[in-house]
Amino acid sequence: MAFRIIVLAKQVPDTRNICGDAMKSDGTVNRAALPAIYNPEDLNALEQALMIKDKYKDTEIIILTMGPPRAADIIRESIYRDADKGYLITDKRFAGADTLATSYVISKAVEKIGNYDLIISGRQAIDGDTAQVGPQTAEKLNLPQVTYAEEIISVGKGKIRIKRRLERGVEVVECTLPALVTVHGSASPCRPKNSKLFMKYKHAKTFTELQTIDDDYLNQTIRNKAYLNIEELTLDDLDCEFEKIGLAGSPTKVKIIENVILQGKDSKVIGDKDIDIKNLMHELITNHTLG
Amino acid sequence: MNNICVYCEIDGGIVSDVSLELISKAVKLAAELKCEVEAVAIGSDLKNIEDQISPYGAHIIHISDDKRLYPYTTLPHSAIFEHILKEQKPQIVLVGATSVGRDLAPRIASSLRCGLTADCTDLVIGEYFDPKTGKEYKNLLYQIRPAFGGNIIATIVNPETKPQMATVREGVMKKEGADKNFKSRINTVNPSKILDKVDFAVKIIERHIEARKVNLSGTQVIVSGGFGVGSKEGFSLLYELARVIGGEVGASRAAVDAGFAEHARQVGQTGVTVRPKLYIACGISGAIQHRAGMDGSAQIISINTDPEAPINSIADVAITGDLHSVIPKMIKYYKEQSK
Repeated sequence: MAFRIIVLAKQVPDTRNICGDAMKSDGTVNRAALPAIYNPEDLNALEQALMIKDKYKDTEIIILTMGPPRAADIIRESIYRDADKGYLITDKRFAGADTLATSYVISKAVEKIGNYDLIISGRQAIDGDTAQVGPQTAEKLNLPQVTYAEEIISVGKGKIRIKRRLERGVEVVECTLPALVTVHGSASPCRPKNSKLFMKYKHAKTFTELQTIDDDYLNQTIRNKAYLNIEELTLDDLDCEFEKIGLAGSPTKVKIIENVILQGKDSKVIGDKDIDIKNLMHELITNHTLG
Repeated sequence: MNNICVYCEIDGGIVSDVSLELISKAVKLAAELKCEVEAVAIGSDLKNIEDQISPYGAHIIHISDDKRLYPYTTLPHSAIFEHILKEQKPQIVLVGATSVGRDLAPRIASSLRCGLTADCTDLVIGEYFDPKTGKEYKNLLYQIRPAFGGNIIATIVNPETKPQMATVREGVMKKEGADKNFKSRINTVNPSKILDKVDFAVKIIERHIEARKVNLSGTQVIVSGGFGVGSKEGFSLLYELARVIGGEVGASRAAVDAGFAEHARQVGQTGVTVRPKLYIACGISGAIQHRAGMDGSAQIISINTDPEAPINSIADVAITGDLHSVIPKMIKYYKEQSK
């Protein structure tokens, strides 16, 4: 038995490091100004796919990501961990998309890749924390969805069994294939890069990236080796309706972005001396906050 | 006529708090918009379910009762909810940001091709001017949420598409006083006409739903720890203080991510929203997502070595010091003086 699995992964700005000029005037993020990382729960998703491949050797794992040209890193990072290949959806005309317009484009790319048994993605991305693109992609493709997956227990002919991690417990469900599964952060962490794969694929490049390599010999070597070419998908490759993509295809608009301004309260500042703490506890007891 | 619709999450015959909180919020928004509130109850054995919902002021309750509709699975619930929304054409749809709501709402928004904002911390009615088209809109729903690591607060609108959908976490909105005499109109929705065999692609094999071990939202005193606590062991000091003064232990996302405390204790935008009488923030710097989950506390005490920590700006009392020496003193002087 073997499966064809599409893993949806996203490169995200490391939201812990946002600085002042990282926002554009229209309210969208200037991703170029932020360090970019592999979305953590997408790594959990990749691991679930790799575990199926461990068991069924002929399984094929295809990474699908969407973003600016540098998001090709996600595909390399995945191939270093034994994914088979990847597609980068990249086109300025897709920019400014909300989750609805994003899931529309992803579903079109999935249809183009075609012939899959399973789609796996992280539950949510740390830049938005919305958890919407998974279910919305499933809806667009008319697939059943299983969200909050912690473990793919088994996968067989036309069926998958999954343990879900919910707020107040766990659920084991069985779902028909093809299906879309979103993986929760409590699932197994992803394995590290494999050094042999890293050496083999470190020069894997997209067409856009090749334009920037001035070293003719290296450039030609990459072009000549099919496995070092990462395929890009633009609007011209996908059968998209123009009014459903990008900013125009996004029903949500950002009305205003406000920087967080700390509103000062009249706080009493005290030290950590015994007398300070003693007085504080006395006050809390006498005003019936405690006890 | 374009009302506000709230999806009611029901487990074990009980309508969840988040749904009732959303009905309370919807009633307020509806008064402003001069429309009504509709609640949707989908499940099994729903006899008298309206008794739990009516008191919060839903004008209409749509009930769809079928043994195949419990426990929740995505496709049957979305098929019925979508059917009701297409028929009723509400202008606003509110869903709890639970593992059920966050599974259901995006699927619905995708099929209705409407906008959805997750984890809103506030909902307000207002106007919008689109600078690109020059069009003006009245009575839109402002969907307000922190974004990008809490450095900003975004106000989102859906000017051109209806319904305007939002999810909200439990505890963010306030459940208002119930009126036992309020009568809702009931509309029965027949599921068998809507459901199809393919809607049952997912079967539940096992289900262990545990009662909540930690009940932060119902606690009057919370001792909460952040990354500054330093370790899981460091949290034992917080448990001790909570035990002595009669409270529960909470944590910031940073502390949960670091493995110091379990997720059920997380306070903030992606955790629980709390409004205790007293909130003691120990070693918490106070990112906006955390503050969004606790700034409604009646009294806030912050313990931080950094006098400039953002949490101090909303604290009633800011103790500048190391929690490892301050907490033992608090325990000692509480015991001494509470007798």
